[in-house]
Amino acid sequence: MALDATTLTQLLDTVRRFVRTELVPLESQVAREDRIPERIVAQMRELGLFGLTVPESYGGLGLGTEEECRVVMELGWTSPAFRSVIGTNNGIGSQGLVMDGTEAQKRRYLPGLASGELIGSFALTEPDAGSDAGSLTTAARPHNGGFLINGTKRFITNAPQANLFTVFARTDPNTTGAAGVSAFLIDADTKGIVLGKPNRKMGQQGAHVCDVVFDDCWVREDALLGGRELLNKGFATAMKTLDRGRLHISALAVGCAERLISDSLSYAMERKQFGQPIAEFQLIQAMLADSRTEAYAAQCMVLDAARRRDGGERVTTWAACCKLFASEMVGRVADRAVQIFGGAGYMEEYGIERFYRDVRLFRIYEGTSQIQQTLIARNMIRDHA
Amino acid sequence: MKVLVPVKRVVDANVKVRVKPDKTGVDLNNVKMAVNPFCEIAIEEAVRLKESGVATEVVAVSVGATNCQEQLRTCLALGADRAILVQVDDAVQPLGVAKLLKAIFDKEQPGLVLFGKQSIDGDNSQTGQMFAALAGLPQGTFASKLTVADGKASVVREVDGGLQTVELKLPAVITTDLRLNEPRYASLPNIMKAKKKPLDTVSPADLGVELKTTVETVSVEPPPERKAGIKVESVEQLVDKLRNEAKVIS
Ligand SMILES: Cc1cc2nc3c(=O)[nH]c(=O)nc-3n(C[C@H](O)[C@H](O)[C@H](O)COP(=O)(O)OP(=O)(O)OC[C@H]3O[C@@H](n4cnc5c(N)ncnc54)[C@H](O)[C@@H]3O)c2cc1C
Repeated sequence: MALDATTLTQLLDTVRRFVRTELVPLESQVAREDRIPERIVAQMRELGLFGLTVPESYGGLGLGTEEECRVVMELGWTSPAFRSVIGTNNGIGSQGLVMDGTEAQKRRYLPGLASGELIGSFALTEPDAGSDAGSLTTAARPHNGGFLINGTKRFITNAPQANLFTVFARTDPNTTGAAGVSAFLIDADTKGIVLGKPNRKMGQQGAHVCDVVFDDCWVREDALLGGRELLNKGFATAMKTLDRGRLHISALAVGCAERLISDSLSYAMERKQFGQPIAEFQLIQAMLADSRTEAYAAQCMVLDAARRRDGGERVTTWAACCKLFASEMVGRVADRAVQIFGGAGYMEEYGIERFYRDVRLFRIYEGTSQIQQTLIARNMIRDHA
Repeated sequence: MKVLVPVKRVVDANVKVRVKPDKTGVDLNNVKMAVNPFCEIAIEEAVRLKESGVATEVVAVSVGATNCQEQLRTCLALGADRAILVQVDDAVQPLGVAKLLKAIFDKEQPGLVLFGKQSIDGDNSQTGQMFAALAGLPQGTFASKLTVADGKASVVREVDGGLQTVELKLPAVITTDLRLNEPRYASLPNIMKAKKKPLDTVSPADLGVELKTTVETVSVEPPPERKAGIKVESVEQLVDKLRNEAKVIS
């Protein structure tokens, strides 16, 4: 649903105020304790942040892509670990269901995902299937009127908290590529699911990933996402989910860049060397100007691609362009921020090195930069008829 | 019981305002506006009264130009049931606002009128008191605690020497202090639903009120710039300066 200007402004103002008043002061605590306080998660539920993209008829806000991206840009003003709490429910953990689920599946899960009562996770990656996700080997064999699932999923965001997994598994044993894969909706408490220990990671402390192991995990036939019609067609669901997810991550990268630019600018105007604020030095100005320009470019790209998607256009290429540019952009902006802060940028207490590590992830998950490049070029060649 | 909450559109508290070069006021061009924080506390208190079953309806009212609808929508998102805009395009002074609100009061007949104690732009702290006088109602200003029961409001007020408790017969006027409550965030679904709540617009003429300007602003000046501080060499020097220059100790 398209919101009127006043409503959208209020929505964004509220999220901005929440982020800056409640979340920003907790950044270093969350990083230190690797834990987001339950009180904050409860506040996020009350605010309705878990249901941004779930349709209104299932209890969500039903935001369009552009509206979602603008909210996510606000969330990017703080440690991305906070966004991760609501990230999967609004993105890869719910959108497969929203786009391709049967009515019964939507009714069963979407209201809980929208309210945040359920946490959804997306389980595609495996130890031997990362960029080449289509080669996954987790198997789903017909068994007792349902499916028996066996295999290991790796680096699954929010898996330690998850109630619902969207799991991609091979249903056609005669294939080795994307064609024989189906998507399943599996409750986390189903027998045969074992979680690995949360991985210790480079950044985004407070957000958790772990392995999800399926060991003779039996699910009913109605766990097949989209029903029998979508048997062996699950990879298309994954790819559609990622189109929107990549815009979401791009918007997040833009939000983080804005924060880094703001912090860099404040520091540069305060910090004096050689008798003047370092912001007066042209070499510092060049870094500030480059960061400003690149973040603005990324913001324009994201909003344009989001509007195109809302207009019904297939945005696979544009979403990949956004993800490629925005994630690399925020890497450069974070690097310049460390440079502008000098020694302080390297020190934990200023929080800049933390952002530097946090944003590194954006170039890797939901498709690495190299995979975006590959995808963009492949589509260019395909479309050049 | 119906609760009437007058709210004002003001510059957002986080904005650094600039005085216009001609010194007639503060530059409001492209400045972010918000509900006056004290009025937000009043809305919150009214909504809590409704949630606890004491109040049955919360009506937000604002006096100002059409853009005040934005702030009224915020109040609706926070839990007000309906809103009234008294549309006046020129600036209105506290007495004018009080007169307009008196007319609204006569129409609506609320049991309680909850004002913010002052607005953060003019800092006059007059409207609630003037309104109480015009309406002939008892007033409990600067409330830091409010209890409503049995046709009475008990108000704990923050006064210079400590806390004073007054009891008022309803209908009454309360103005809210900072510590009365901590306003909630409007939830995103409620922000979206606020659009569907009623927001009526009336004019001073509809209310039979004629506005007159009684106060003229002569000049608005920015606060003087702070001079750089100095470093003192010793405790003795500090004490000496505090005693003889700053004259803050004797
Ligand atoms: C914190 C975190 C959270 C994650 N969350 C999830 C999740 O919730 N769900 C999920 O399913 N997955 C998740 N992932 C997995 C993530 O999507 C993968 O890590 C990512 O797709 C890359 O796969 P890989 O790690 O196996 O790297 P690899 O595929 O092994 O890539 C290694 C390097 O080779 C390059 N490369 C690979 N193929 C090519 C090629 N054809 N051409 C050029 N270069 C190539 C890559 O770009 C990369 O630089 C998460 C990962 C992390 C780190």
